[in-house]
Amino acid sequence: MNLPAISPSLRLGKFRPAIDCCLRLGFPLFLFSLLLFTGCARNEPRADLVVINAAEPETLDPAILTGQPDMRAANAIFEGLTRLDARAVPVPGLASNWEISPDGRIYTFHLRTNLLWSTGEPITAGDIVYSWIRALDPATASDYASQLYYLKNGEAFNGGKITDPTLVGVHAPDPQTVVAELNNPTAFFLDLCAFSTLSVVPRQTIGKYGDRWLMARPLPASGPYELVTWRLNDKIRLRKNARYWDAANTKLGLVDLLPITSAPTALNLYETGGADIAWDKDLVPVELLDVLVKRPDFHSYSELGSYFVRLNTTRKPFNDPRVRQALALAIDKARIIRKITKAGGIAADSLTPPGINRYHSPKGLGYDPDKARKLLAEAGYPGGRGFPSVQYMFNAPAGGASVPHGKIGVELQQMWHDELGINVELRQVEWGTFLSAESRLDYDFCRASWIGDYNDADTFLNLFLSNNGNNQTGWKNPRYDDLVHAAERETDMARREKFFQDAESILIRDEVPIIPIYFYVGLNYYDGKKIKGVYNNVLDMHALNAIWKEPAAAPGH
Amino acid sequence: MYFLKRIAFMLPLVLLISFLSFCLMHAAPGGPFDKERKPASPEIERNLARKYHTDEPLMKQYLRYLGIGYERDAQGNIHWFSGGLIRGDFGPSYKKRDHSVNDIIAQGLPVSLPLGFMAFGFALGVGLPLGFYTAVKRGRWQDYAGSFLAILAVCVPGLVIGPLLLVAFAIHWQWFPVALWESPRHAILPMIALGLYFAGRIARLMREGMLNVMQSEFITTARAKGMSETTLLLKHAIRIAILPVISYSGPMLADLLTGSFVIENIFQIPGLGTPFVNASTGLDYCVVVGLVILYAVLLLALNLLVDLAYVFLDPRVRYE
Repeated sequence: MNLPAISPSLRLGKFRPAIDCCLRLGFPLFLFSLLLFTGCARNEPRADLVVINAAEPETLDPAILTGQPDMRAANAIFEGLTRLDARAVPVPGLASNWEISPDGRIYTFHLRTNLLWSTGEPITAGDIVYSWIRALDPATASDYASQLYYLKNGEAFNGGKITDPTLVGVHAPDPQTVVAELNNPTAFFLDLCAFSTLSVVPRQTIGKYGDRWLMARPLPASGPYELVTWRLNDKIRLRKNARYWDAANTKLGLVDLLPITSAPTALNLYETGGADIAWDKDLVPVELLDVLVKRPDFHSYSELGSYFVRLNTTRKPFNDPRVRQALALAIDKARIIRKITKAGGIAADSLTPPGINRYHSPKGLGYDPDKARKLLAEAGYPGGRGFPSVQYMFNAPAGGASVPHGKIGVELQQMWHDELGINVELRQVEWGTFLSAESRLDYDFCRASWIGDYNDADTFLNLFLSNNGNNQTGWKNPRYDDLVHAAERETDMARREKFFQDAESILIRDEVPIIPIYFYVGLNYYDGKKIKGVYNNVLDMHALNAIWKEPAAAPGH
Repeated sequence: MYFLKRIAFMLPLVLLISFLSFCLMHAAPGGPFDKERKPASPEIERNLARKYHTDEPLMKQYLRYLGIGYERDAQGNIHWFSGGLIRGDFGPSYKKRDHSVNDIIAQGLPVSLPLGFMAFGFALGVGLPLGFYTAVKRGRWQDYAGSFLAILAVCVPGLVIGPLLLVAFAIHWQWFPVALWESPRHAILPMIALGLYFAGRIARLMREGMLNVMQSEFITTARAKGMSETTLLLKHAIRIAILPVISYSGPMLADLLTGSFVIENIFQIPGLGTPFVNASTGLDYCVVVGLVILYAVLLLALNLLVDLAYVFLDPRVRYE
């Protein structure tokens, strides 16, 4: 090659120009930015416990939050009349005891006498009434206002049909007493009292700062921890609330909650000692699941969550229950667990998961391809002949989500084809489109899931009431509605369970507007030898104040 | 005068950008309050729409966003819109309801800014010398090796570079932390992962620039005058050769300063990239529009700076 060398005489300072150039331009800039950065470096002490809490909370306002990461953080800061203990069982919180009227509709709570906000002011019954009314107030626009619809006039007040808050069934006859008046005897009302929506929030701070009240410092806390810092996508730092009524039993001083959604990042951080607990199943890299579940610091446990298929019962041929039953009977759920969800699921024969309080699910349809073919033939499609082309809709998993909707779709498509001779197309859509298609009943069948809000069968079974916005199958059954409503009114727990079981049998055996596929399994990781006080439970909630570290395992703290 | 005109032109341009992004966001299917779990009653959805005014006609929503105009209440009293863009208020976030868009920017910018500058410095610090060196060694093995590295840096995305850096320097050798944003040490790997692509681009631009300049007549003249090669290259050639890099720096810096979703996700950095992407997919209208405006202003301002820099670097450039 004969190219003119552009610098024949550059022998002496061969690298001088390059170094010079670097010094002149790049380096000052680099130094400048380093300076900028060191200015921002955080001189915060290391927390006693670092927890990876999955997604960044949308809000820590207990009245409006809906996400589980939000709730896990907010439950440490704001407490209700009851609270969840380390095993997520509701126990007395701000209320020390209560009486329930014989008809189960009036609850009289007696507050503890040593209740203070973290800023020193007393917590009174008036604060509780304020907090509940605020959650119901249309101006608050709470997604979970419905958790208070069990109160007399709660729904009417939230819907703006009545505007006088004194008509709502919660009152404070004196500063130590809260009286709640319910529409029905609600067996899980004490569970609800521990739910974030019913937590006590600081009235003065909210009055002063409005929607941005959580940015106020110091922020009055009613729970075992107070909020020190909250930087979005960075960390939530909590400090022990010394004025909490049970502060003597709060084990740790400083706790950091990290919002990490990337499972590999979470695992890296944990493995290099940057975090003590990762407490969400989304923080387990699916690719490594097989290996990780065998380790002693990985924990799996059943959870209040169900994955199922929704059928649009307003469309042919899904308007025929025999077709729906046939589709359900042809699914080998064990195969889906074996091939796809692996340790992340348990084959489901019912909608309500095992381990739910006060309830045992009835038997479902099971796996019986012969019966499925028979039913399909009865419905007029022997061997799948004449069965119209239908679409199975699922959403592309959102960033970082590990639920393999598409793989399950492919598996179902194959099972229905092989067992029933039905051709199913797969329709993958974006999340927003999925949700709107689902609510407009613009689909044939689609994936669905539900996580229980409270530990009771009602949270699953009321979904398919005719008028429930989450029904989304077009299925309406008056007998089902009657049974669920009867159960909701029942005070005798055995009869209540029977009503719910009869209702669920209609749902999963006779009518089948939905097909249960698998139950969610909770996964988390922490070294049980070092971290104590974590009890895995169906709600996947963990009381922060019950967690501590073995002192020997934490030198240098 | 020219620059004053340019600055005056920026305002309507930013307004137009805000309007377009506002409309585009609203044209996307679905709404910010769609959830997998529908609220138990339609009243709840109505309360939300009323609180955040998403039930109003689009033009009214936009005027409210700008803070221009008024509305009447049930009694016919006039209420002028408070807040709004013209008062420096970028509106509420629907998905981070405790934070306003201003809060989100105020928290993310002090992270994205230094990281962006560091990556910018890194890109220039690596790219310029590499480009210069490969041009000087044109046609030799150093040129091929250097150019190959530059192309590699351009072709391999941060999605791959980030984890590779992590595996090597944070997990195997443990020189740097794996994630988070706590100390200057935490910034090194993200800086490299973020800046590498731009370093490659700059090296290539610089190499081309140098090769072009070295063939121009004024260089031949200078050589004929007997000017030393070092002076020639550093004092005269580089000033012209760097011009493509300078024009590229404007958009590059705007890109770097507004954060990167991928890098932030891998290294868990609380910058502006994550809120931007999450807000776009979650239809958090005001957050998206606010960040688009921020990006647009940065881009316009930096391009203006670039044009100014031309005046100082290239004696041939004059603006009327």
